[in-house]
Amino acid sequence: MAGVTVRDVYKAYGSVRVLHGVSIDMEDGEFLVLVGPSGCGKSTLLRMIAGLEEINSGDILIGDRLVNDVAPKDRDIAMVFQSYALYPHMSVATNMGFSLELRRKAREMITNTVAQAAGTLGLSELLARFPRELSGGQRQRVAMGRAIVREPKVFLFDEPLSNLDAKLRVQMRTEIKALHQEMGSTAVYVTHDQVEAMTMADRIVVMNEGIIQQIGQPLEVYDTPSNLFVAGFIGSPGMNFLEGEARRNSDSAWVEMADGTLLPAPPTSAEDSQPVVYGVRPEALVIDEAAESGLMATVEVTEPTGLSTLVFSRLADVSTCAFTMDRLQLQRGQPVGLVPDVARVHLFDKATGKRL
Amino acid sequence: MITVGQSKHRRWALTAGHGVGLAIFIIFAIFPLFWLVKISLTPNNLLYSEGITLWPSSITWDNYKFALLGSRFPRFFFNSVIVSLTSAGVVTLIAAAGGYAFSRFRFRGKVPIMFVMLLTQMVPLVMLIAPIFKLMVPLGLTNNLLGLIIVYTAFNVPFATFLMQSFFDGIPKELEEAAMIDGCTRLTALRRIVFPLTLPGMGATLGFVFTAAWSELLFALMLINSDDKMTFPVGLLTFVTKFSVDFGQMMAAGVLALIPACMFFAFIQRYLIQGLTAGAIKG
Ligand SMILES: Nc1ncnc2c1ncn2[C@@H]1O[C@H](COP(=O)(O)OP(=O)(O)OP(=O)(O)O)[C@@H](O)[C@H]1O
Ligand SMILES: [Mg+2]
Repeated sequence: MAGVTVRDVYKAYGSVRVLHGVSIDMEDGEFLVLVGPSGCGKSTLLRMIAGLEEINSGDILIGDRLVNDVAPKDRDIAMVFQSYALYPHMSVATNMGFSLELRRKAREMITNTVAQAAGTLGLSELLARFPRELSGGQRQRVAMGRAIVREPKVFLFDEPLSNLDAKLRVQMRTEIKALHQEMGSTAVYVTHDQVEAMTMADRIVVMNEGIIQQIGQPLEVYDTPSNLFVAGFIGSPGMNFLEGEARRNSDSAWVEMADGTLLPAPPTSAEDSQPVVYGVRPEALVIDEAAESGLMATVEVTEPTGLSTLVFSRLADVSTCAFTMDRLQLQRGQPVGLVPDVARVHLFDKATGKRL
Repeated sequence: MITVGQSKHRRWALTAGHGVGLAIFIIFAIFPLFWLVKISLTPNNLLYSEGITLWPSSITWDNYKFALLGSRFPRFFFNSVIVSLTSAGVVTLIAAAGGYAFSRFRFRGKVPIMFVMLLTQMVPLVMLIAPIFKLMVPLGLTNNLLGLIIVYTAFNVPFATFLMQSFFDGIPKELEEAAMIDGCTRLTALRRIVFPLTLPGMGATLGFVFTAAWSELLFALMLINSDDKMTFPVGLLTFVTKFSVDFGQMMAAGVLALIPACMFFAFIQRYLIQGLTAGAIKG
């Protein structure tokens, strides 16, 4: 067992700079999820931990061991690829036992370990088949099986579930999490599905354009996003952003929008008349159907899902989303009041995007 | 109702047309072979006397007997086997190594090298005969099977390399990466994962070079002048004498010469049609 340390790592492909000084400290046994938009360098970072990609500068340690120049096979890691990368000319059993075979384990031991892993993953019936004879979900399991037979120090996952349908994805999510808890290895999991990130992670690493934006526990990242990017990226439907200038007096604070609308804000370090972005999540906006309190807005669309309703309305000419569990009867064009829960309002500096 | 009938009719006509088209194509392709066999079985005295018939009134194995026992054909055949197999083997090895490098590595000069290789394919062979002859004479490589092997290898490597490169390109890189994480070095990954998956490609390359070398006449004619070094395309010409052409024997030799090529393709076709990488990545 070992943690992973990434220290000030840079990476460029020729003149394309992909990672700009990334540092992460992973504890032993931690399940770390890397999220970020497409092309932000998640796979690159993962592949560098695996040793498949060279490091331009910086250090990567697995446990206490510097692995910058250690070959992938000697890093004691296992990786599950998005494409699964099963060996097409080998049966499921051979695929799963390949790493043990390469380590010259006894045949009997290999058979037993593979059988046990196959049992855990529900693959026992399929051991003699070839990858082309399996469904997508089954292939995914074989890829998992190949990773767990070796009991590596570190698991690396690169969007392992993105090729599965929604239902299977939810199921595998739970299974992976259970497997991780059982095995206790450190895991790095790349995804751009934020539900996966929120539900699976011990800690989330949010990346954008090769820079780490925030590292923290899922709810911590959700509740106190450290900048505008994280605030907008985490959470679905996303946070509402309203621009304006900070106003304060001795005991309260507001944000004044360009049209004069006053938004109630929590006390922050914002200077008077500093340009800020006012962020409020849909569930922190209470809807007043009678339009007697709060910020006046006009209903545009409602999206009922059965469980809840999303109400999109226009507030000072900005489209704003509010979330409610009530079954509201709202018509298009109807005025409503939106009451922000001030304790759950975030202010960001408009120029730097930093949380205030 | 009428439309259904019509469309049924139409479909039937389409199927029939399809069949007829295929049949015409097959007859067109097979006919020369058939003629080859027919003439090789026709007794000499009937060849000119019977006129043009689809099948002679009597057949004979004499031409085969002569080709196998009475002529130098077995020698030519043997020489051809040596030259073609060796060229095919050597080319496939070089092309596999080169194709892998082109497919997987980035290195300085990659583009210029590929460009030069393409360029070599644009020069007509006839233009090269004189310079090659000039080069080979002082090296003692004329009238020498090794000389032919070298020439065939040199000419086939560029195309074969591109062919192999495309086969390597078809094998997902992740397979090797997965193998390297599982415990392979790049070389073991190559041997255990990539090599088995490129067998179809190697088969195709082998077959391609083999047939090219097997039927090559120009350089064989130029570089070889003694009977015991001749490959069979040159050897076939010995059936043409100043005074006559011995068609029956020549055709019999020709039929015999087809056998290895047929065997070869029968052997590798199973690799050619199998999509070996099926199931490697998501389905
Ligand atoms: N071999 C390469 N050569 C040049 N640029 C590359 C190479 N591999 C990746 N890149 C670039 O590096 C950047 C990061 O790529 P990476 O694959 O890490 O993104 P990602 O975060 O995994 O995205 P996704 O969610 O789409 O998988 C991208 O802009 C990509 O174009
Ligand atoms: Mg990726």
